[in-house]
Amino acid sequence: MTAPAVPRTEDLVGQSIQGRRVGFGDIAFPAALLLALLFALLFLSTLLVDVFVRAWDALAGRGFSVVTNPLSLNAETAGLWQSIMGSLALTAVVAVLAFPIGVGAAVYLEEYASDNRFTRFINTNIRNLAGVPSIVYGILGFTIFVRFVNATGAGGGVGGKNLLAGGLTLAALVLPIVIITTAEALRAVPAAIREAGFGVGATRWEVIRYHVVPYAAPGILTGTVLTLARAFGETAPLLLVGAATGFFSVGAAGPLDKITGPYTALPVTIFSWARQPGADFRSLTAAAIVVLLAVMLTANAAAIILRNRFERKW
Amino acid sequence: MRLLFTGAAVTSVLISLLIVGSLAGEAWSFLRSVNLSSLWDLGWFPRREMFDIKTVLVGTLLISLIAMLVATPLGLGAAIYLSEYARPRARRWLKPILEVLAGVPSVVLGYFALTWISPNIVQRLNPHAGVFSMAAAGIGVGILVTPLVASVTEDAMQAVPHALREASYGLGAKKVTTVTRVVFPAAASGIVASLILGISRAIGETMVVAMAAGAVGGSLFEVNVFEPGQTMTAAMTALAIGSDQVAGGGGEGAVNAFQSLFFLGLLLFLMTLGLNLLSDRFVRRVREKY
Repeated sequence: MTAPAVPRTEDLVGQSIQGRRVGFGDIAFPAALLLALLFALLFLSTLLVDVFVRAWDALAGRGFSVVTNPLSLNAETAGLWQSIMGSLALTAVVAVLAFPIGVGAAVYLEEYASDNRFTRFINTNIRNLAGVPSIVYGILGFTIFVRFVNATGAGGGVGGKNLLAGGLTLAALVLPIVIITTAEALRAVPAAIREAGFGVGATRWEVIRYHVVPYAAPGILTGTVLTLARAFGETAPLLLVGAATGFFSVGAAGPLDKITGPYTALPVTIFSWARQPGADFRSLTAAAIVVLLAVMLTANAAAIILRNRFERKW
Repeated sequence: MRLLFTGAAVTSVLISLLIVGSLAGEAWSFLRSVNLSSLWDLGWFPRREMFDIKTVLVGTLLISLIAMLVATPLGLGAAIYLSEYARPRARRWLKPILEVLAGVPSVVLGYFALTWISPNIVQRLNPHAGVFSMAAAGIGVGILVTPLVASVTEDAMQAVPHALREASYGLGAKKVTTVTRVVFPAAASGIVASLILGISRAIGETMVVAMAAGAVGGSLFEVNVFEPGQTMTAAMTALAIGSDQVAGGGGEGAVNAFQSLFFLGLLLFLMTLGLNLLSDRFVRRVREKY
């Protein structure tokens, strides 16, 4: 990912041939390109500053009660507790489901499968799944997972539109991304490692278990963290599998009822607060976005640090 | 062990089948029960049995067009700069920041489009524009798509062999000439792929449009981008959360209205699938060449 620190040959050659002859295009073209890049970054910084300024009223005036209070229709006391817990629980369900299946599928495709028509079909299928709009996964959740959860008797009082259905839906949504990033990490492990393992008499499973996967682990973990962050911030599919129903749920029930009962998630709460008419929820919505962005940016930063730290040059 | 892993890989195929199955079945029963002339009407008002396809299609295409007008120059410019001009140290800082932009949830960009882009950009361009407009949503979607376009384009340019650049310098070409006449054409397939992928993502983007484009319950046919408009995804969201009061209401009309959700979903799925397959083809062309 990161470029080597040594100057590239063509840069050296280019510089020595061109000498100091600098024309208009040599300045204007890269300047225009840099401008495009800075413009994109400007949008990001404007977004961060704008949201933070709007959130200041609520964050400074209310302090931590914004995070620890339960949801309410009263903007003076409303907090994000159920939303944050709901999002964390959803992410946990996604991690438990998508991580093992995704890594397993990637190991099969990269280490076991031969390059035949079936493998190519699965690979194309996965790339296409990664491009399916998230709201379509909501339909999948609504027609299949909600009914499935209901059929297993875990439907709770909401007919299956609960955390489990939401988690299944998000897991299906991120599964192709987990497979793709894991497969990339496995592909980056040089063939020499595998050949050395086979050379000393290890079985395929031993080579995978003790050599390939440990070497690819940083890449796999980075990809997983980014994927879970994506699941944490996803809104549209949850609207179809009942996340909005949790608006009034207050956490007095037992743990089992919490999992099978109504629920909500942080991005869904932001969506429903942003739709509230009147000014009283305005600052609170921005405060909720600050909380969401804090979680997402921490996860992103952790992933980038993880990658830079363990990135290996073969 | 191997069997377990194979099962995991087959799960992805199963998910695809379930998606197609769940969409096609309900979409078919929608088409059978609804009066087909209502698919070409004054506008998209599911509760009044008006399922005008052109309203949602044109809305979707207009917003995607605006998004690409934003994302193409920003994404390509950023990618070419990062790939060809940025020094390794600058690259190490700039690239992660762009990746962070890619990680911003769409619900946040929807809020940003509504509260900042709409008053500060759209209403300055056209003082008659309301708070909700297709233009504001389009710009928001464009910002969301920019990092995707940039990252796929950069990959394509990095895949161009250094020998090509060296040969160009050997002929005495300047850096600008090398980048625009040698590297850019060599990476053209990958760049086209990134743009197609961007369009596909823009068409499927939901939250930005649902929050900033207005027209929650229904919309008349509209081509003015400074007016509220309806897209396939926004219409689906409205049906999902019942903001047009169809989800809970009984009656024949309400059933049809809710089932139009699956019809839209199928349409959206087919459009993005086609675009993704097309983009895949272009990407493969780059890989075959080098």
